[in-house]
Amino acid sequence: MKSLEELRRLRETLQQDMLARNGDGNPRIIVGMGTCGIAAGAREVMQAIMQQVRERNITVTISQTGCIGMCEKEPLMDVQLPGKGRITYGHVTPKDVESIIVQHVINGQIVEDLVVARLEEGEGQ
Amino acid sequence: MRELSLHLLDIVQNSIAAAADLIEIEIMEDFKSDRLSIKVTDNGRGMSRSVLQSVIDPFFTTRKTRSVGLGLSLFAQSAQRSGGDLVIRSKEGVGTEVEAVFQYSHIDRPPMGDLQGTLLTLIVLNPTIDLVYRHNYDGRDFVIDTREIKRELDGIPINQGQVVSWMQDFIQEGLAQLRGGRVE
Ligand SMILES: Nc1ncnc2c1ncn2[C@@H]1O[C@H](COP(=O)(O)OP(=O)(O)O)[C@@H](O)[C@H]1O
Ligand SMILES: [Mg+2]
Repeated sequence: MKSLEELRRLRETLQQDMLARNGDGNPRIIVGMGTCGIAAGAREVMQAIMQQVRERNITVTISQTGCIGMCEKEPLMDVQLPGKGRITYGHVTPKDVESIIVQHVINGQIVEDLVVARLEEGEGQ
Repeated sequence: MRELSLHLLDIVQNSIAAAADLIEIEIMEDFKSDRLSIKVTDNGRGMSRSVLQSVIDPFFTTRKTRSVGLGLSLFAQSAQRSGGDLVIRSKEGVGTEVEAVFQYSHIDRPPMGDLQGTLLTLIVLNPTIDLVYRHNYDGRDFVIDTREIKRELDGIPINQGQVVSWMQDFIQEGLAQLRGGRVE
């Protein structure tokens, strides 16, 4: 059984790790968590993101947004690399998540086929 | 929605939108009374009397992005189809409590589904919100309280990868133990 004791031990290793890393400058991933997004599969997309992040041992900042009025294109997943525009991917499946993470988040190449919107750098936030 | 755990994820989003920083989830599966209840309590901004009155109406929302609110009315319909009901109590400036009750054995009751996925999603996406999850199954309890976890972590973010892995196992084992090997 997992215990808090184990968590305490984990904390000690992580505290040393943390000194080396800094949250700004991470790629940002944003998942739509409105009712429409959840009904369309946002939770499964989110789980695929968590799995990819863990398997590939990358550091990203993951956050959520509510309904943005593109319900028919949910699940939506945005990627924003530091200093770059924000790209919105639509109808994302857990399978697509792997391509988005590998191609875009890791290698900086937008997965054009899945793009449904883009926001240039500096526009909105 | 296909699963009660998806409704739960959606209902908690309302608490997050209402700027709650403490959200309590209580699930009770009671076989003796053939009753399943899901309750979400938050300390968000609450609802005025008039909002509270119209909130079960599928065409009501205070959101600006789409003209219909769906979450609560879908959850209410699901409970009502399953021999139960949905009750909302709310006080402006204090908080809100949403409780859905289902007849456990009702043929139209959706399965619980992936509770672990719902909980992890909520915690990872909202690291600053405190979440207390209490699940009672036939008299046995499983509790996860992010305040307690954060105390242990002493400044390490709760959504750090290895911490998430730990929580994933913790929740999985806790729920499995609760069900005593019984799979829905
Ligand atoms: N926990 C809550 N705290 C405050 N207001 C709430 C809460 N839950 C629901 N509401 C109000 O009820 C409305 C309808 O909610 P819902 O049916 O989930 O639709 P939506 O979230 O799409 O607006 C919300 O827009 C909000 O005004
Ligand atoms: Mg809602």
